[in-house]
Amino acid sequence: MEKKLLLEKVHIEGIRHYDVYRREGGYRSVEKALKMQPNDIVEEVKKSGLRGRGGAGFPTGMKWSFLAKPDGVPRYLVCNADESEPGTFKDRYLMEFIPHILIEGMIVSSFALGSNTSYIYIRGEYDWVTDILENAIAEAKQNGWLGKNIQGSGYDLEMYVQRGAGAYICGEETALLESLEGKRGNPRIKPPFPAVKGLWGCPTVVNNVETLAAVVPIINEGGEAYAQIGVGKSTGTKLISACGNINKPGIYEIDMTITVEEFIYSDEYCGGIPNGKKLKACIPGGSSVPILPANLLLTTAKGEKRLMNYESLSDGGFATGSMMGSGGFIVLDEDQCIVRHTYSLARFYRHESCGQCSPCREGTGWMEKILLSIESGKGKMSDIDLLWDIQRKIEGNTICPLGDAAAWPVAASIRHFRDEFEWHVNNPEKCLTENFGLRHYADPVYVAGS
Amino acid sequence: MIQFKETSLKKVAEIIARYPEGKQKSALLPVLHMAQVEFGGWLDVPVMDYVATLLNIEPIEVYEVASFYSMYNLKPVGKYLFEVCQTGPCMLNGSDNIIDYIKQKLNIGVGQTTADGMFTLKTVECLGACGYAPMMQFGKTYREHLTKEKVDSIIEECRAKAN
Repeated sequence: MEKKLLLEKVHIEGIRHYDVYRREGGYRSVEKALKMQPNDIVEEVKKSGLRGRGGAGFPTGMKWSFLAKPDGVPRYLVCNADESEPGTFKDRYLMEFIPHILIEGMIVSSFALGSNTSYIYIRGEYDWVTDILENAIAEAKQNGWLGKNIQGSGYDLEMYVQRGAGAYICGEETALLESLEGKRGNPRIKPPFPAVKGLWGCPTVVNNVETLAAVVPIINEGGEAYAQIGVGKSTGTKLISACGNINKPGIYEIDMTITVEEFIYSDEYCGGIPNGKKLKACIPGGSSVPILPANLLLTTAKGEKRLMNYESLSDGGFATGSMMGSGGFIVLDEDQCIVRHTYSLARFYRHESCGQCSPCREGTGWMEKILLSIESGKGKMSDIDLLWDIQRKIEGNTICPLGDAAAWPVAASIRHFRDEFEWHVNNPEKCLTENFGLRHYADPVYVAGS
Repeated sequence: MIQFKETSLKKVAEIIARYPEGKQKSALLPVLHMAQVEFGGWLDVPVMDYVATLLNIEPIEVYEVASFYSMYNLKPVGKYLFEVCQTGPCMLNGSDNIIDYIKQKLNIGVGQTTADGMFTLKTVECLGACGYAPMMQFGKTYREHLTKEKVDSIIEECRAKAN
């Protein structure tokens, strides 16, 4: 079911502004947190089971507990609002329509971590969202939630928004920090991790927008109450941004117990595929995670209904499963060409590679060229093996995960749709005007005529 | 001589004050954004050199950053810049047709500017508006759910504004 913690109040008129947000119970978590010990807040977040909502799914409380606390050295909290993973547009929604929930979550988190200056690093293209956030920060400050001696607690905090300038790689936390320092977004070698050496060499925590917003209900209702929502290690709610060939693209806040099938076909969520078309494939967690054909998407290899959560989406590993990732849910209908779509993603990763590591810098370019050649009817059968070989040589051989992110979509496309690649090679003329179609990937539930 | 307006210089000082002392280089991305707006929509070398002086860093530190990020234009662009997304989710929703239509309508290729200096067409990679595809960045905001009719009206809107 649709369970709302973050978006519960998003439709209230004027919620973007402080007065309405406060009237609706906003900033209660700050009042509560300022009376707690910082470590108790960290413990509460640990209890909640909250996992990083940016894509990696790492437990947030644990990440916070790694923060080094040497004497006399400032610590920083940086919010990662560099939302750039194709298919992902949830953070923008949150910041655009209910910006104070992020600021509230950041104040609580900054207090817990001992940060007196916190930054929101937002992708440069979200120019108007930056204005919205800056207005909200000014409102919060006017009302005593930021600045010196917040609400008489003795705690000081300043918050600033910094715009990036168009680079997917800056969503990687060390590249983000480089960028915030005014440099090219080249990821750093880890260790040292940002928790030890982050912004300007100081201990730093970098968290996604949705993660920091989730701290608000966790402090208000308690970590245990939050952990009771969902299933297993997928606690709380998750924002899913749904797009592609569906009737109702948009942002959905779900508790992670619903099935993928319900998410795609129910009118409460995506509302099915337009024009009576059939489901061909889906990338369930942002462009970097493996694409799945309809049959493996809706049911796991074991034959169980797949659920919209961390464990179920990754059930079967990369052989037959995928990942929750950032929650960027991209649906492809029967008319879509897998080769063309994979080419588009490969072009994206080639464009976004920072160029530091040769496997990624060179490999992404090769993959793009080969995919374009197959897509335009000029491919050879050996190209498919070459593609496979290149992606294998990128994966795991780069400083940051962009290499893996570029390799996985290509690998999964070949793994599940090899016959479509072969069809392109065997039908160099036909593939320019015709579509391979569904073949055996057909959705087993919603077959023709149903 | 290249110099920011008084109000912009004040803004630069405000931005520098957000960081610890000696870390004014952190202001580079925001200041380059400001420079691009104020000095004609792109970053010419003298503009970048001016920014370097302002932040007390080497010119090369500015060049290497300006050339890394796709939002900084290193050559002149038209008065109105259409940056159309072409990545996966937009492609699934017909961004190719939109790009072709703009090309044909303005009689320019990707990366080119119309002869009257009014419009530049760029293709860009994912802008985080996948649910509202196809889309483009237009100035400070996005134009979403693009159709040929919408493209027509955006072009008319620009022409009306310019007159």
